[in-house]
Amino acid sequence: MPHRTFFWFILPSLLAMFLFIAMPIVSVVIQSIFVEPEQVVVTTQTCDPFGCTDQTQVDAEATAKVRAQYPLGRFNGLGTYLDRNHLAAADVAEAWASSDSPGAFWAKLMNLSFYRALAFTLTYTFVVTPFVLVLGLAVALGVNMLPGVLKGPTIFVSLLPMIVTPLIGSLILFWMIDSRGIIGASLQTLLNDPGLSLKASPTLTWITLIIYGIWHNLPFAFIVFYAGLQTVPSETLEAAIVDGANRWERVRYVVVPYIAPLVVFVLLIQFMDNFRVFEPIVGFSAQANASSLSYYIYNDLSGTNRQFNSAAATSILTIIGVGILLAPVLIRTWRDFNRKRA
Amino acid sequence: MNIATRRSPILATLAYGFVALWLVVAAFPFLWTMWGSFKVEADFFSLNNWMNALWGVHTRADTGSPFTGSGYYGAWVTKEFWRAAINTGIVVFFTVIISLTFGTLGGFALARSQHRYSFWLLMIALVFRAMPHITLVSGYLLPFFQWNLWGHLSTAIIVLVAINQPFTLWMLHSFFLNIPKDLDESAMVDGCTRFQAFRHVIIPVMWPGVITTGLFSFLLAYNDFAVTATLLSQSNQTMVPKIASFLGSTYEEGKIMFAVSAVVSATAPLFVLIMFFQRQIVSGLTAGAVKG
Repeated sequence: MPHRTFFWFILPSLLAMFLFIAMPIVSVVIQSIFVEPEQVVVTTQTCDPFGCTDQTQVDAEATAKVRAQYPLGRFNGLGTYLDRNHLAAADVAEAWASSDSPGAFWAKLMNLSFYRALAFTLTYTFVVTPFVLVLGLAVALGVNMLPGVLKGPTIFVSLLPMIVTPLIGSLILFWMIDSRGIIGASLQTLLNDPGLSLKASPTLTWITLIIYGIWHNLPFAFIVFYAGLQTVPSETLEAAIVDGANRWERVRYVVVPYIAPLVVFVLLIQFMDNFRVFEPIVGFSAQANASSLSYYIYNDLSGTNRQFNSAAATSILTIIGVGILLAPVLIRTWRDFNRKRA
Repeated sequence: MNIATRRSPILATLAYGFVALWLVVAAFPFLWTMWGSFKVEADFFSLNNWMNALWGVHTRADTGSPFTGSGYYGAWVTKEFWRAAINTGIVVFFTVIISLTFGTLGGFALARSQHRYSFWLLMIALVFRAMPHITLVSGYLLPFFQWNLWGHLSTAIIVLVAINQPFTLWMLHSFFLNIPKDLDESAMVDGCTRFQAFRHVIIPVMWPGVITTGLFSFLLAYNDFAVTATLLSQSNQTMVPKIASFLGSTYEEGKIMFAVSAVVSATAPLFVLIMFFQRQIVSGLTAGAVKG
């Protein structure tokens, strides 16, 4: 296709992505290196017969003027990145110097909100993803054995947790695990602990969120693997049986290698989606015990006291995280592409 | 029956049991919440016994019948959920239409171009696809406030279209790769321009792929929380942020049932969608994967 035609065809789509994906990234970078201008403070002295007192006040009018003049604020360099709410360079260095064991250092690190959010995001991503892969494959193998008439309804039901709005799905589960809801109350009876609440401790909250993550993402892996299983040739399976392979060996040495490219695909999509975990934290009202990078940004952006520079700095750090996560895939694709051209 | 599909009864029982367990886990929360949405709060969130939700003890005592629509009335009428539903309708409709228009043109170009830059565009789209939406939102907010773009439905629509583009491009690109090149090239030999070939030859055969892609655009716009919650003003709220805003008031007596009813109402269209388009959804999920 000639360059000209290509350009006109792709223009609308390119323009949309440029204006609303590429430019916002630039905007985020710029916002992250500025901070709000300081408030203009005036000191007034009030004197009475017993002496004089200094009073400091915020001059609202002058502050508004400065803000209007410099909407972005004043230049701050990497200051926001290194402050206590982000990388907390000073605190980390201090914690490193003063703690004598990795455990103590870790404990201090977890007192810093950004690292807590990072720790949760990574834990969530790296726990949910393998579970989703394995359980998804298990469900796919199971459904593959069902008689034909049952397959359609099974797939219909299986799609629900994935298709339903994440916020809604997490709310539904949240209400059920409430101590007055069916699962919460049953657990209390089962464990004979009337005070048990899944929302109270950080550990239980993390486990709840991870279970939600598996529930929500499993259908995707299942569907992809199930479709892959339909393409495994039955001759190969039969040959394996003739060679004396038992069922487990057939799965391990025939089916899994056959669907290996699908595993890579599911892995990639899962990493991308799980890294941005956000809605479940809102749905489960889990912000006190668990926060993710996305939630951390959202928290800065909502409410009356918006902190754009802080949100922007977290966004940049998150984007860098995504880059690191995707790098292996991008490098691989680049090699494949060059090999194809060569 | 060939030997590859022969199985031992124990294994089959295990497999059926496992699948059955998964089905319960997948479906039960929805059934339970749907059932519970017709009860009063004292039943669905019962202090004494969760079984109350089954029999509706308090619902019967309060309203005289085991089912009540008071949660729905509260959400749709008192709290004006209908307004949010209309807003969602507008946002979703235009997002899907615009996404597909841009996406088919772009996807077609990417599928027919052999140049190196088309590969790079796809790679950039992949990176954009991975971007958490909220990071982009933090880029929008300040400029949108300054240019008075914040709060309007049209802003949310165009933002959702853009966020949706990387995925749409990938999906339609791989779909157009499957339509033989000869089709449009022979039209061009007959004297069509590239656009005429697209208009008269490709458009008539592209609908299966477009419908599948449209379903996923629909889901993205319908399910979105990050963009709609932060970019829309109170009066323009769509369903999902509206539900989230109910939660602030949940611990007033009875209000939580508004949220439960709203949640069930917002899930219903998705049920219908899966029912009618199950095949397309499945083929869409696997399209990217099977073709590599």
